[in-house]
Amino acid sequence: MITNTKKSQKKNILSLEDVSISYGTFEAVKNVFCNFKRGDITSLIGPSGCGKSTVLRALNRMNDLIPNCSLKGTVLFDGTNIYDKRVDPVEVRRRIGMVFQQPNPFPKSIYENIAFGARINGFIGDMDQLVESSLRKAAVWSECKDKLNDSGYSLSGGQQQRLCIARTIAIEPEIILMDEPCSALDPISTLKIEETMHELKKNYTIIIVTHNMQQALRVSDMTAFFNAVEYEDGDGGKVGYLAEFDSTKKIFNSPKEKTTQEYISGKFG
Amino acid sequence: MNSLYYQKKLSRNVGDKFFTSLSVFCAFIAILPLIFVVTYILIKGGAQINSDLFTLEPNPPGDDLDAGGINPALIGTLIITTIASIIAIPVGVGGGIYLAEYSKGGPFSKFIRFGVNVLAGVPSIIAGVFIYALIVSTKILFGSMYSGFAGGMALSILMLPTVIKTTDEGLKLVPNELRYASLGIGASMYTTILKITLPSAFRSIATGVVLGIARAAGETAPLIFTALFSYYYIVGFEDLFYEMGSLAVLIYNFALEPYDAQNKLAWAASFILVISILSVNIFSRILAAFTEKTKRV
Repeated sequence: MITNTKKSQKKNILSLEDVSISYGTFEAVKNVFCNFKRGDITSLIGPSGCGKSTVLRALNRMNDLIPNCSLKGTVLFDGTNIYDKRVDPVEVRRRIGMVFQQPNPFPKSIYENIAFGARINGFIGDMDQLVESSLRKAAVWSECKDKLNDSGYSLSGGQQQRLCIARTIAIEPEIILMDEPCSALDPISTLKIEETMHELKKNYTIIIVTHNMQQALRVSDMTAFFNAVEYEDGDGGKVGYLAEFDSTKKIFNSPKEKTTQEYISGKFG
Repeated sequence: MNSLYYQKKLSRNVGDKFFTSLSVFCAFIAILPLIFVVTYILIKGGAQINSDLFTLEPNPPGDDLDAGGINPALIGTLIITTIASIIAIPVGVGGGIYLAEYSKGGPFSKFIRFGVNVLAGVPSIIAGVFIYALIVSTKILFGSMYSGFAGGMALSILMLPTVIKTTDEGLKLVPNELRYASLGIGASMYTTILKITLPSAFRSIATGVVLGIARAAGETAPLIFTALFSYYYIVGFEDLFYEMGSLAVLIYNFALEPYDAQNKLAWAASFILVISILSVNIFSRILAAFTEKTKRV
């Protein structure tokens, strides 16, 4: 699963250059430099409040939806700064899809859940086929095929989450962002989602936020460890920063930073 | 050591009993007017119901025994309320969508929310006087003065706050995850609102609209200044630009007449008005209950 040999040939698909994100006057993350490579699965790990979810949401401009959230720096996607004033965030989100922490299917049928995104993206072609292939890729086809017209809510939590993944795949994004996709799920569903991710890796770049270090170790090629430090002025607030970014193997076996070592061995978090 | 068993004579238990009975008593008093009003109207008005009531014009007050029916007022109330809905529902739902979905809590949206609350508290007669000054006295509407249109506009002012508020609140109840889901797969804001959030909030919005209609249908004061009253059948479109009768104003006019026949007609009209508003309210309750059940399907 760890493909260091190919790494050198892979191209950067997404680069963060000196990114700082604030909510109002409160700075959540600062000075992040990071390159995500095409075809990799990258995990973002770190203690609560280190800003890893904030960084993830910044990658497809979901932070725009949070009032007062502002970003400094550059996020380059295929050579374009997605925070450029001329960029349409809707177009960004079509090419960088997102799967959320809580399964959030639409209150529509399973079929419509998949078809909705494709339709608004101007999909012309065999919708039945697209629904089937998306559900297959998300490894939920066998559970859904006999009840495509049932509500998305009729599925179990794990199935709903895979339905949400299928929904994201159906718009054929280049990158799939996942914000702790398994935190609300049982171990068996988690395992299935991880298998799904391995399948998806062939066609998509995946960036995943996870609290579960074993999961990061199991699924990802690269791991970014975020940490939080108290402000220098010492008023008790914390600001997140990217502490270490390397191949998953190195992060877990021979981390350079002492805090990384402490975090992965469970000394804090 | 005190016994663990419940002791009636303990002062805290006596006090507790007293306050429980007091609040039950107050709750009972609070519901009494409703029970009395409704029963009284049902008994007094119910006796006057016959088929002529729904088909005939009211006779001008005089000493003849037959007062006629309330057909023009019944139709008038329907028309005026429809006009009010046609104006208030699109504007109100649109405004509610702005407040809940687009506004970011800035001064403009705060101002609108404040304004809506103020508007909800404006006495209904003010709405009537406003439309009177704006439309009736200026004859701005194709030269007509008192008209069904003016009445509908006055009532739409009263409906607006209810519609805006329920739309705003209904949309706020839609979980944000659903919006993120839609936006996260590249849906634009308006697709998300039209296809995802509005359908999810549809029933709570519909409940608010129905309640707004029920409130407007029973208003009298704004109509006295705008639609006035008419004894004659509504036969064509052009009648919308003339004085138009309504149940509420009919009750107001005929209850003050010295003749028994007119008074009976007013009772009959009250009966019909109360029954229709009550059933509209019950309908909205059913709608709301239905919403609860189907929220997570």
